[in-house]
Amino acid sequence: MPFRGDNAMTDATQNNSGPASGFARMLGMFRRTEVGAFAGLLIIFVFFSYFGWDRNFLSPLGAASWLNFASTVGIIAIPVGFLMIAGELDISVGAMVPASKIVLAISVGFFGLNIWVGILLTMLIAAGIGWVNGMLVTRTNVPSLIVTLATLFAVGGLTLFFSILITDTTQLGLTDADTDAASEFVFGTYHTLRLGGQNGLTLWQGVQSSVFIWLAIVGVCYYFLHVSPWGNWVFALGGDKESARNAGIPINRLKIGLFILTAVAASIVGISETVLSNSASTTTQFTMIFNTIIAVVVGGVLLTGGFGNVLGIAFGTTTLAIVQQGINFTTFDRNLSNLIIGVMLLIAVLMNETFRKMATNWSSAKK
Amino acid sequence: MSDKTPIIELRKVDKSFGPIDVLHEISLKVHKGEVLCLLGDNGAGKSTLIKTLAGVHTPTRGEILMDGKPMAFARPKDAQEAGIATVHQFGGTFPLMSIGRSFFAGVEPTKGFGPFRIYDRKKANEIAVKAVQDFGITRIDDGDRLVGGLSGGERQSLAIARAVHFGARVLILDEPTAALGVKQAAHVLRIVNEAKRRGLAVIFITHQVMHAMAVGDHFAVLIRGAIAADFRKGEKTREQIADLMAGGESMADLEANIEGYMDTHEGHPPVPTN
Repeated sequence: MPFRGDNAMTDATQNNSGPASGFARMLGMFRRTEVGAFAGLLIIFVFFSYFGWDRNFLSPLGAASWLNFASTVGIIAIPVGFLMIAGELDISVGAMVPASKIVLAISVGFFGLNIWVGILLTMLIAAGIGWVNGMLVTRTNVPSLIVTLATLFAVGGLTLFFSILITDTTQLGLTDADTDAASEFVFGTYHTLRLGGQNGLTLWQGVQSSVFIWLAIVGVCYYFLHVSPWGNWVFALGGDKESARNAGIPINRLKIGLFILTAVAASIVGISETVLSNSASTTTQFTMIFNTIIAVVVGGVLLTGGFGNVLGIAFGTTTLAIVQQGINFTTFDRNLSNLIIGVMLLIAVLMNETFRKMATNWSSAKK
Repeated sequence: MSDKTPIIELRKVDKSFGPIDVLHEISLKVHKGEVLCLLGDNGAGKSTLIKTLAGVHTPTRGEILMDGKPMAFARPKDAQEAGIATVHQFGGTFPLMSIGRSFFAGVEPTKGFGPFRIYDRKKANEIAVKAVQDFGITRIDDGDRLVGGLSGGERQSLAIARAVHFGARVLILDEPTAALGVKQAAHVLRIVNEAKRRGLAVIFITHQVMHAMAVGDHFAVLIRGAIAADFRKGEKTREQIADLMAGGESMADLEANIEGYMDTHEGHPPVPTN
């Protein structure tokens, strides 16, 4: 009886959904790049789970090591992905992270401001730099790669200059008295959750606050890009700037907004790392630039813009983190992780390009 | 408003960029349900004329009237709001967006309240597919398909259907058939006829005389920024129009010249000189 019912229902749904059903729908799923990003993540995950099994790759603490790494890249990768979908790039994030650390350390550790005031100030300054990026790109029409390369060095230089000018050092610290319990809980502490006391089941252990921030950002950004009407503007902007303008989309304001979002996301990472470690350094994080771009591309965002998915970017970030951190849990040489990342990036770019060709050549003659 | 008043009229419109005069005293009228074919060779000023109509440029002298009332367009948006829609050669659509999303780009339908308004995919797809099918493109039946998968003609049709859906009364088609094959071009010409049947004023820019003759009611030939000829359907033959477009020089004369050259030069055509 239930069997018959099930059968009838599947038939009905198949009939209703018409031409998009069955095989076509399955094919359609593989036309989505985030599915490809997820498949890549699965392969890498299974590979490292197998080779890292003996060394606790999957233990709560082991998982925390790559999740923590993923979160700092992931928080920035999503807005960078938005920019790439919109046809732009932001590499100034490499200087935004240390700049935010120094601003927070100087304002709180040196001038003794309240931690929350310092956090707000840091985010405001970051937003200001993001606004400058956006204004320069929209007003001058110079490619954003060059504009943000310029601001990368400019911000890096200013950070060093002010750090030396004000504190006479490039390494700053906070004391435990500078932060309060709430700011540590939200931005920088290690979280552990055990069910049933000390010997109970460990759900997570040693997970940084930034992991939860990352998950929240994934949720909010997924809503923004794929559910709310504004997401459509980002895709339209990356698809064809002129047509987007003709359709009445405020393309300059949207672009400036995305640059501000990216800069603020970078400042969140800076704040989180400073509160966690109670220290700040002026060193520009060049690897952060590469990591965010790799995460976005492995996540299935087209380099040419106009297409991408927030979940895909999150999958791409996790894949990158597993390769970077997971290699320590295996017997392979640590240096091989960069080889894997290089190969992975190449495969991802080729797959994305194939996707683009398939999508634009899918002639209607098939039906 | 009587039917005698043209929807859009240009009165002695001049446009110059600094010392360079691009348009001289252009006067045109397009009525409801009429197709005006604007013919002209490259560099004749067709693009400048379209951009002036679309509000990208403001005329240096002269006026643009809609329904008999003078209009001043400071930006493209003003012209759009007045009901003038321009569809460019490649359709102005987004190849990697779905048909529904592309159709509603900038004016997304939403459901829900306040800050939690969400994009209404189902409604967008339904309206977009219906709008295109009403123009006779029945092969588009799934609003989730990507625009990039459509043929050139279908993309043009989608763009035209979009313009009409959002209340265009004057449709400017900038060489819609230039990049298309014979069959696809026929597709677009059918859409133009449908737009005309619905009472739109269509300005059809082309340099393909055959396409112009298939849909045009009224023809204007533009040479070096001025209207060289203005005539109704059936008043001139295809050859005459082609000659006009070639700048008054008769195509037949040109062909005779080449043949004459070949006769005296052992059958090879003249070598182009740079």
